[in-house]
Formats: sequence, C-alpha cells, structure tokens
Amino acid sequence: MIATAPPTTGVLDSHWSPALEDLLACGRSAGADLVEVFLERTDHLGVLAEQDTITSVTPAFGMGAGIRVFLGHRDGFVSTNDLSPAGLRRALEQALGMLGLAPSSNGRSGFEGLPGLRDFGASKGDWLQRCPQIQEATARLLEGTDQLQRQGKHLQARRGSYARDWQEVLIAASDGTFGRDIRLHQSVGLNVLAADGEHRAGVGRRYGTSDQPDDLRRWDATASAAEVCGSAGTMLYADYVEAGQMPAVLANRFGGVIFHEACGHLLETTQVERGTTPFAERVGEVIAHEAVTAIDEGLTGGAFGSLSMDDEGMEAQRTVLIQNGVLQRFISDRAGELRTGHARTGSGRRQSHTFAAASRMRNTYIDAGPHTPEQLIASVDQGLYCKSMGGGSVGPTGQFNFAVEEGYLIENGQLTKPVKGATLIGEAKEVMPRISMCANDLELAAGFCGSVSGSIFVTVGQPHIKVDSITVGGR
Amino acid sequence: MSTTNSTGAATGLNAEQLRSSLASIAAANGIRRWDLGAACSTDISVQVDRGEPKQMKGAQRSSITVRVWNDAGLVGVTSTSDLSEAGLERALTGAKEASAFGNADDIPAFSPLATAPLASLDQPIHAPKGILSLLDTLKGAEQELLARHDAIATVPYNGLAERSSERIYLNSDGACRQQQLSTASLYLYARAEEAGRKPRSAGAVRLAYGSADLDVAGCINEAAERTISHLNYAPIETGRYTCVFSPEAFLDLIGAFSGLFNARAVLDGVSLSNRDSIGETLAVPFLDIHDNGLHPGNIGASAFDGEGTPTKRLALLEGGVLRNFLHSEATARAFGVSPTGHAGMGAKVSVGPDWFEVSATPGSGGGQSGLDRFKAGEPIVWIDSLSALHAGVKASQGSFSLPFDGWLIQGGEPRSIEAATVAGDIRQVLKAIVGFEGEAKITPDGLCPMVWVEGLSITGEA
Repeated sequence: MIATAPPTTGVLDSHWSPALEDLLACGRSAGADLVEVFLERTDHLGVLAEQDTITSVTPAFGMGAGIRVFLGHRDGFVSTNDLSPAGLRRALEQALGMLGLAPSSNGRSGFEGLPGLRDFGASKGDWLQRCPQIQEATARLLEGTDQLQRQGKHLQARRGSYARDWQEVLIAASDGTFGRDIRLHQSVGLNVLAADGEHRAGVGRRYGTSDQPDDLRRWDATASAAEVCGSAGTMLYADYVEAGQMPAVLANRFGGVIFHEACGHLLETTQVERGTTPFAERVGEVIAHEAVTAIDEGLTGGAFGSLSMDDEGMEAQRTVLIQNGVLQRFISDRAGELRTGHARTGSGRRQSHTFAAASRMRNTYIDAGPHTPEQLIASVDQGLYCKSMGGGSVGPTGQFNFAVEEGYLIENGQLTKPVKGATLIGEAKEVMPRISMCANDLELAAGFCGSVSGSIFVTVGQPHIKVDSITVGGR
Repeated sequence: MSTTNSTGAATGLNAEQLRSSLASIAAANGIRRWDLGAACSTDISVQVDRGEPKQMKGAQRSSITVRVWNDAGLVGVTSTSDLSEAGLERALTGAKEASAFGNADDIPAFSPLATAPLASLDQPIHAPKGILSLLDTLKGAEQELLARHDAIATVPYNGLAERSSERIYLNSDGACRQQQLSTASLYLYARAEEAGRKPRSAGAVRLAYGSADLDVAGCINEAAERTISHLNYAPIETGRYTCVFSPEAFLDLIGAFSGLFNARAVLDGVSLSNRDSIGETLAVPFLDIHDNGLHPGNIGASAFDGEGTPTKRLALLEGGVLRNFLHSEATARAFGVSPTGHAGMGAKVSVGPDWFEVSATPGSGGGQSGLDRFKAGEPIVWIDSLSALHAGVKASQGSFSLPFDGWLIQGGEPRSIEAATVAGDIRQVLKAIVGFEGEAKITPDGLCPMVWVEGLSITGEA
C-alpha cells in the first residue's frame, strides 16, 4: 500500500512547477537530451442499462505519471501511480538508468526552468460538474432502451451504455513545454439482439462527442433507437453475402474506417520507424486516386478526436495527408520527428500515463467530392453497398480488413436485397488508387483506435465513396 | 499457490493493512458489508530495432475495486488507482453512492467458496534479471532472426518483458486471498520482403515464470520458419475446403464464441445457449472441451477468481454434449449450482473462461484416425492464425468471417495463401469436425491438437 501517495482529489496546475522543474533539471544534469513528465487525473463513469433495468454503475478514479527520457534516438519510459516526490524521483531514476544515465550533483545544468503555464483547461474547470450525474445518466439510458422496445421487433436483448471520461493532464518537458488541459469524452451506445427462429441479428451503434458537457442531454434517444432497430429489422432476415471480388460503395460517417485502417495507420511515423509502411519514401508522389483528398486534424468542434493540445503539449492543427491523390505529409509525434525527420503535427497521443505518446490519428477523413451518393451507386452494375461498418484492423504488411454490419447488393445501379456476414480485405497500396469517386456528403463518426499507445478517442469520416474493386469475404 | 520470496515481490500489497484501513473507513461511513480486489505490479520491457534499443519501459501499477452493500442490500462498486487512505475513502464512499443504483433483481453476494481451500500451484517466483539483461537477450534474438533469411529485413514487432505482480481478494466476512507471481514474455514478429513481391509477416510468442526460462531459441525458430514459409505465396480460389486449424487458431475461435458456455450471457439472452441447453448435443460425439485454469501449462494461472472462488477444471463439452456453464456466484445461484471460479468483480459480475483443453473424448476414437494434412487426397487449407476477431465475429449470432494466414496443401506441398478469409457458423463448425491430427499443443490460451473441419467457405483474391 502506498501510504505516501497524494489523493486523486488534488488539482494539476502551476503549483506543480517546482517539483517538475526539479525532475527535469535532475534528468538534464544526468545527461538526458530531453525529459518529459506527463501527469494525469481521471474520473470515469460507466452506466449500463439492460432491458428496462440499470444493471451496472461503475465510477472509477485514477491518477499517475509517465516520465520519458530521450538520449540520442533512444528513449526510456516509466509510469507510476505514485505521485509523491519520492515516487516520481524513483520513476525518473529508473528511466535514466535504462539509458545508462544516473543523477548527478550538477544542480540544474542544461535546464533553464519552465515558462508560465499554458493552460488550455482554464475555461473547462466546471465541465465535470456540468455533466449529467448518475441519476440523470441512468434516466436517459432507460429512455433509450424503452425506445428500442417501442421501435424494435423480435428483440431478445436490449442494451444501452453510457461512458463519461474526464481527464486532467499536466505536461512539462525540458524544452520549455508546460501545458495543462482538461478533456471530456462522452459516448452512448445502443445494442440489440433480434431473434426469430434461426434468424438472428445483433446491431449496435455508438454516438460520442468531446468537450460537450451537455451532450447526453442533447442525445436524441428516439432517433438513435430508430437507426438501430431499423438496421436490426433489415438484417434479421438478410442472406449471407456471396464472396468474391466486386466494386463497393461505402456509406459516409463510419465508412471512414476504410481510410483509417487501409491508409491512416500507414501514414503514422510509428510505421515509418518500423519499416512497415509502403509509403515511407513517397511524399510528393501519387499514392491514391486523384479523387482522394485526406485530412487528419484535431480542430473540429465536439468531434471525438479533437484536442486543445496533444499529449506532448503541442497545440492541435490541421494536417493534409493526401491532396488529390498525392502524399503530402505524415502524422508525427516527438519521437517520430526525432527518428524519421517528419515534423511534429500535434499528434502525440496516449490512452493514459501508462503509455508513452506515439503518432496517432485524431479526426481523420476523406474530404468531400463532387458527386451525389446516388451517382456512385448508379455507376455500379453488380457490387456491394456497405451502409454500416463494424471494426477493422491493419497488420504489419499493410493488409487491412473490416467488417460490414449492414450491407446491400447493388444490381444494375440499384440497391436491392440486404446481405450480411461480409468482411472487406485488401492492401493499402492497391485499394487507395481504386477509390475513384467521392460524394458530397462528408460526415464524421466517433470511434476508438487501439495501437501502440493504447486505446484512444478518434473520429473517422468520409462522404460516400466508390471502390472499383475489393475482396469481399463471406459465405 | 506458491511460496514467495522478497526479490520477486511486486510492490508490497499488505493485505492486513489494507483490511484494517478498509474496515475502519467502512465503519466510519456506516458500511457494514464490503469486499475488495486489489492488484499491483511492476513491469519492465524492451523493444529493439535492427540492433538498437527502440524503447525501454518500466511501470509500477496499483489498483483496487471495492464493492459495498447498502442498507437496502443493493451493491455499488468503484475502482481507483489511488491506494492512499484518502483514495480508499473516496472509493468506498463512491461505491456507496453507486449502490443506490444497484440492480435489485440481480444482487451479487459473497461467494460461498471464498474461504474454501485453494489448489496448490507450482509457480516459482523469479527475481527480475533487469532491463539491460533483457536488452542483450532481445538484441541477440533479433540478430539471429534477421540472419535466418535474406528476405527478413526487420522484426518490427518484438518485445521482452518481466513482470512481478500480486493480487488480493478480501471481504468483510473474513475472506483473504493473496497470490504473487513473476512472469516473463517474449514475442518476435518478423517482416520479410523480396523484390517484386508483397511483404510477408509471421511470428511467435513464449511465456515463462522468469526470463531465464524463456524458450528464446524456440521462439526464434518458430518465427523464422513461419515467416519464411509465407514467402512463396499465391492466391487461393474462392470455394469450400476442408480446413485444418492450428491449435492457436482453433482456440481463438472457441474463445471468441465462449458465450456458448457463459452463464452470464445465457441469463442476458445474448448467448447461443439457453437455460435448458445443458445436456444438448452441440458438437460431434468425439469432442471434449474443458476449462482448466489449473493446468501446469497455463503460465500465470490464477488460484482464485475475482470473487475469491477457487479455480478448477470444469467439463464444458463431453462427447459433444454440453455439460456445464461457466459461473460467478450470482449466476450459479440463479442456476442452483456452485460457482465455478470464472468470475470477475463488479456490480454486474462478468464471467469468462480461463484456459481451454480441447481433446478427443476418451474411448471415442477421436474421429477419423491417421489424419495427415500432407497426405490428404484433396486440397487442404491449413489455417495457422486468425486475425481481427474483434471485428469479424458475431458472437451472439454464431457467425464469423475472418482473415487468416495459412497454406493451401495440394499433393503434400504447402503453399502460402496470399490473402483470404474463412467464414462460417460456430455451431456448424462444431458439428463438421472430422478429427484431430497430432499431439495436443500447449499455447497461451489452452491445450489443443490440430483440428480438421470440413466444408468451410474460403474467399481469396483469385
């Protein structure tokens, strides 16, 4: 038991300056090129409603620190739950030791001290109090499951879930970085399992925003339930898709998972470092169809992946990744800049203090094009319309995959019968030139992305797009 | 449970001090009934990149989850990483606040087995060798793997880690469980590429109680053999094939559909099974599946679950017939049976498997005998590893559509498959098992032989 640890109820602010300066000075005088300290407090609330009952309410509190030390191109990272001066000092010394360094008695050599705190959280101090408390959150979820019952048919299970993640961070580095922020993410999910004899369909949707304390109050439970129940009703009796190579039209919003998996991950400097991206040496070259312009940014108000500053203290910005098919830049963090030369883009992100920051996506989407969705569908003789996407992944060779939750056949330019069980697979280098048409209906959707620095809040997005040919796995 | 020594101790959770603190905080807040799960660990790990240290990491983690029962008997729960007195008080009072929203229709209780004797596990505690030693070992392993084939230019995913951990379960009725562990892990995933050909990748994992016991050479050999075997790849024609699942792949599939055996999922209406399914035939008559967290091959086995119930071996399928569900205290009470040691901790208690044993039913003959994928008269798809299970499995529907790495074997010659998915329904798979090939293999997820399944749908790019 760590009896000396401070409680989680403190505030991370400029009062930490002396303690942080001592740590940074100690690291620099030991010979480190750069020392970075990430302090964090979290306050989480999870609520689960099943059928017409609240079955779980789970508050959780956390705190911790992550200390990273750079020497040349190498780094050592140590995390701890012990925020006492002795605990932080132990963590720093362990990180230094990983690089063969040890604290010296040279005082503060090589460190000029921290500047004034850049406080992005100053206007966000009451966000946590403004969020719905347990009573209100449970009531809204029960409203959601009630709407599912009213609007659905053959529902064997109904579930609503709410998550509120509040995080306060304080980041200091020996290069003069000193920033504080408060982040707030809320999401609501509705899931149903419809069953009729041997026919079964499980459908879920999640809605999420950042920096919107009133989000749950504004959530339209009726519309969300209609979306979920509509999809479940359609998919309950759907046939399995016939596998093969075919053109596909992917709907907007969460359809953006195709770019996220097929290309976005391969534009992170983490992949450049590992040698696992085919695009490493191709800045300025055509890597996609000229119809494709792709963005990664942290600025869109309320979007799940938006940030005031990243987890290395850099302000968010807009990064054009691909312009009319030509690769422009990579998504880069501090280590990525150091090791690959690609300038930081405010994309150093991590799930919590237990992870070192890495280059990660924020709000990532394919930009709108000139067509209507109907024109895309009309251009396909025989193919697949992917109205709703599930999760996906990309492997070390660039092979990506993702699941289609709600699909329809396209026959002679028209949507016909619903189909289920489809998985789309391919390789980024091959599929990006095949995204040949983009519609004019760009929309974003909230999601979660798991990678080297943990699970983070992201936004995916796109307008309707047409892929000329892709492998559809099914039965 | 093993004995411990001071060098392997994690971070010094003091069960008696924790109990004393909680008891006094609970009393001061009018809380008479509570329980707690605590865990702490220290970890060190290294990654390398072409001979250079890539990232070296250390972590000290601690967390507790407390549950309290309020005067109405309802349960609330809170988790925190703050183990100070103030943190404990905040957690207890938070749990008390949450208990007002406890589910009156499903109230967890203390496990009746929370003080039952625990099985003795042979889990030697190893002192950590230290990060510089790990670094040397991993650099050597990477170098050796890179030297195995000219096409292997990088090992982009690699890591060597040591962990010391400790966990505790306490309750206000006097239960006190404590377990210490030391574990080590090594993974090596190589990437190979030849001119004009697509990159290929494969890897291997090893676990042990200490880094000195890791089978480093075996891990290198397996990663190299798998990676090299995928260099000569070709597309596969879409169609139906007899498939041979590797032990790892079959265990992944069973794990993804473990809701079949999960009493919580049954009660929630999201399992393919229902309350009356015990005794039903779910699979071919020669298939046994047990859950056995106590198997000596299960590195890092837990002696007790999140409610303090002892871990034990449990028959799930015998002769293809469903024999038992996995239970928590609450689900066991609902079914009128004993808890099985598969619970988590929470206001709504989760239930999950520990470690599977897949085998032929004794005396059944185990399906077709003498199966050998290299002597098959028809084309065979050998599925080595499945991926994207989080996206491609519809657990409540039974269906799956999953990318895989593997080989097409024709005339005894295996050729790597360029890119493909395998799709089906788990209920059909369990009834389409042809038989087993070879000895059962110990993997991180369980014990399993090669499993032959006929008539699965394969989609390739051809």
